[in-house]
Amino acid sequence: MLSRIAESLFWIGRYVERADGTARILDVHLERLNHLPLEEQQSVARDLLAVMGAKPQSDDFGLPELLHALAYDKASASSIAGSLGAARENARRARETVSQSLWESLNTTYYGLNQHRKDVVGTYRFCNWVLERTAMVRGLADTTVSHDESWLFMVLGRSLERADMTARMLSTRDVQSAGMSWVNMLRCAGAYESFIRTRRAAFGDQHAAEFLLLDRLFPRSIVYALRDADECLAKLDPSAQRVGFINDARRIVGQARTFLEFHRTDDLMSELPEHMERVQKAVTQASDAISRKYFNQADEHAWVGEVS
Amino acid sequence: MRSNQKGDCLIPMSDLFQDYSEAAARSGAYDEMFAPGQVARKSYGQVSGALRELSLADVSARADSMARTFLDRGVTFDYAGEERPFPLDIVPRVIPADEWDVLERGVAQRVKALEAFLNDVYGRMAVVADGVIPRQLITTSAHFHRAVHGFEPAGGVRVHVSGIDVVRDAAGTFRVLEDNVRVPSGVSYVLENRRAMAKGLPEAFGQQHIRPVEEYPRRLLSALRKTAPAGVDDPTVVVLTPGVFNSAYFEHTLLAGLMGVELVEGRDLICRGNRVYMRTTAGEQRVDVIYKRIDDDFLDPLQFRSDSMLGCPGLVNAARAGGVTIANAVGNGVADDKLVYSYVPDLIRYYLHEEPIIANVDTFRLEEKEAREHVLDRLHELVVKPVDGSGGKGLVIGPDASKEELDALRRRVIADPRGWIAQPVLQLSTVPTLSGDKFGPRHVDLRPFAVNDGDDVWVLPGGLTRVALKEGSLIVNSSQGGGSKDTWVLANSSQLPAEAIPRQSVRVREQVSVWPVESNWRDRQTEQQQ
Repeated sequence: MLSRIAESLFWIGRYVERADGTARILDVHLERLNHLPLEEQQSVARDLLAVMGAKPQSDDFGLPELLHALAYDKASASSIAGSLGAARENARRARETVSQSLWESLNTTYYGLNQHRKDVVGTYRFCNWVLERTAMVRGLADTTVSHDESWLFMVLGRSLERADMTARMLSTRDVQSAGMSWVNMLRCAGAYESFIRTRRAAFGDQHAAEFLLLDRLFPRSIVYALRDADECLAKLDPSAQRVGFINDARRIVGQARTFLEFHRTDDLMSELPEHMERVQKAVTQASDAISRKYFNQADEHAWVGEVS
Repeated sequence: MRSNQKGDCLIPMSDLFQDYSEAAARSGAYDEMFAPGQVARKSYGQVSGALRELSLADVSARADSMARTFLDRGVTFDYAGEERPFPLDIVPRVIPADEWDVLERGVAQRVKALEAFLNDVYGRMAVVADGVIPRQLITTSAHFHRAVHGFEPAGGVRVHVSGIDVVRDAAGTFRVLEDNVRVPSGVSYVLENRRAMAKGLPEAFGQQHIRPVEEYPRRLLSALRKTAPAGVDDPTVVVLTPGVFNSAYFEHTLLAGLMGVELVEGRDLICRGNRVYMRTTAGEQRVDVIYKRIDDDFLDPLQFRSDSMLGCPGLVNAARAGGVTIANAVGNGVADDKLVYSYVPDLIRYYLHEEPIIANVDTFRLEEKEAREHVLDRLHELVVKPVDGSGGKGLVIGPDASKEELDALRRRVIADPRGWIAQPVLQLSTVPTLSGDKFGPRHVDLRPFAVNDGDDVWVLPGGLTRVALKEGSLIVNSSQGGGSKDTWVLANSSQLPAEAIPRQSVRVREQVSVWPVESNWRDRQTEQQQ
């Protein structure tokens, strides 16, 4: 398939998952934030934004600004509206490749972005709506697109972004350690029921973090997401080698995953920030390596004529 | 008056058509739906019956839902950087079988003549030697490209796809208004309109056989594959688009999607050794046929505009060497030239030894001194068009123009008589069109599309009917406030399958529970619920 199209599909996967993750994080934190005194609210809002990878645009940064920056700002790639807009724009460029229903669901989602009240209450509903729409997009991608190369690129983007979003989700714990309970953290990832059923009585911060980080069966855990990414990469480039990996992306993703899986620790909580940074760095590097290998258009326009 | 449950008064259909006959009389045009005296023509029987059943509320709800579907599906055109849905009116345009038969033959005849003309013009120029058309006229055409002179394109076809614009004059006669053999657009709306209408006005479809349009992409693909360079067994076809900001981008994606081929931009292509390749995730892949949706000027910076970033350097040389088929061929614009248009009836006689089936609109060639003087005296009653314009650009309608506009036009015509033609103002035929809370007559044209695979010219039944949404307006272009209508060609009995295939009735299948295999599980279920 065309490199340009592959790139679009990869980014559709990433942006949709990013919107989903951001909506989950925003939804959970909004409740806490709303109860805080104004001053604390402002500093927490700032920190939260920093965890999501953006900088506040003005000094006066409070709850309404946070909502704008994470939910409604169409110009920013780290907001929900911006991600969904970008996903739709990518789908528009790859429209003949994605299925009509996938395109249509992204397109109607895009047109639905404006139909929400932008206050705190409206944002709860907005987050919920985003979770529904992204679930629908994922479902349509899985059921109406052949699971060939094009789908693999989408899933690859989705898995990498998912690992990244779960890492950010765990990092937000630092932002308001006082209030962010492990219950909320699990709810945020939609993992509460799964966790309770597997761990039964063993709850607490440590176990919850472990679950989201290392569980081999829960699909939003970092280890699971990285394994998904690894599988996609292997299917995209099935060349078997006796020694090592030529494919940078596979090496990076595999290293990050095995480091987590084989790491032994007594105090996960204190190491958490470091782990999270490793995961996020690995995702960025892997994404770059994938671009280099599959999407490279560096030598585009060998000919640039004189302008007469 | 009927009323609904809530007690609102629903306006019966006759009220929706209340002022129609006066408005139709004002325009003096041929109305497609009603014969004089507001009697629905036979071909419109089913449509008018369906509309009579609907209230204003029904009609507007359906129109809204059709518009919404278009936006959701992304059936849009780009206008000034904004995506707009292409307005589709709820009343279809219906063409009876016998009228279509004439149009179909006429369009095919025209395409064959233009194909022969292009081959000749870029080859021996016999048409000039035989005195049918002056050499100067061809060589001064802005779209006569010397870069493609002197070779026959791979596959031997130049006009793979064409759109011949026809209109009906006040007497009800079809006439050709212009030929589009460069990059005719609009066929995507034909396909989408039919889908939308099937859901928007299902009542009007029943009991009559409307010829389907959905085979177009298949026909196009097979024509493109058939004209691939010699020796290629399984040709790779691509659609070349200028990109997402082009006004017809939707059409490019739709056609590529329906044909199941890649949609490429210039930067996806590479020319090497007179072969064309595209960059894919698995390396470079050879491209055999390019369905080009870019203007010639931007296609190849080596031959045309050297600052173009939309094309790919080397395409024209590859085509010349026979390494790739470009559809439509480069240089076709010379046949679109409106001065050449005025010679097409002669060209048909010259190449095909036939009389033209559809007449031209009377056209004054302003290069000829006598015609020019005649026209300059009557500018206020004529339509004056630039010879190489498309999309209604630069056209001046005399009766609607101010004195200043006419004076400016006069100066431009005198300065460049080769650049303009003049035609009488045609009252294009009208079709009822929803506007506000009632139907009014609005002017329409028709663009039938033809696909030429080298052996045979196939004309898509129907085509794109464009409608000027403003009362009295004669400009139907989408960039200037035009909309479209679904175009139905009724089949006559000979086109219907002679004998319907008998349908086998389907037996009602009992729901079988495979697991758990318990005969009495239903009883147990009720038991448990108690």
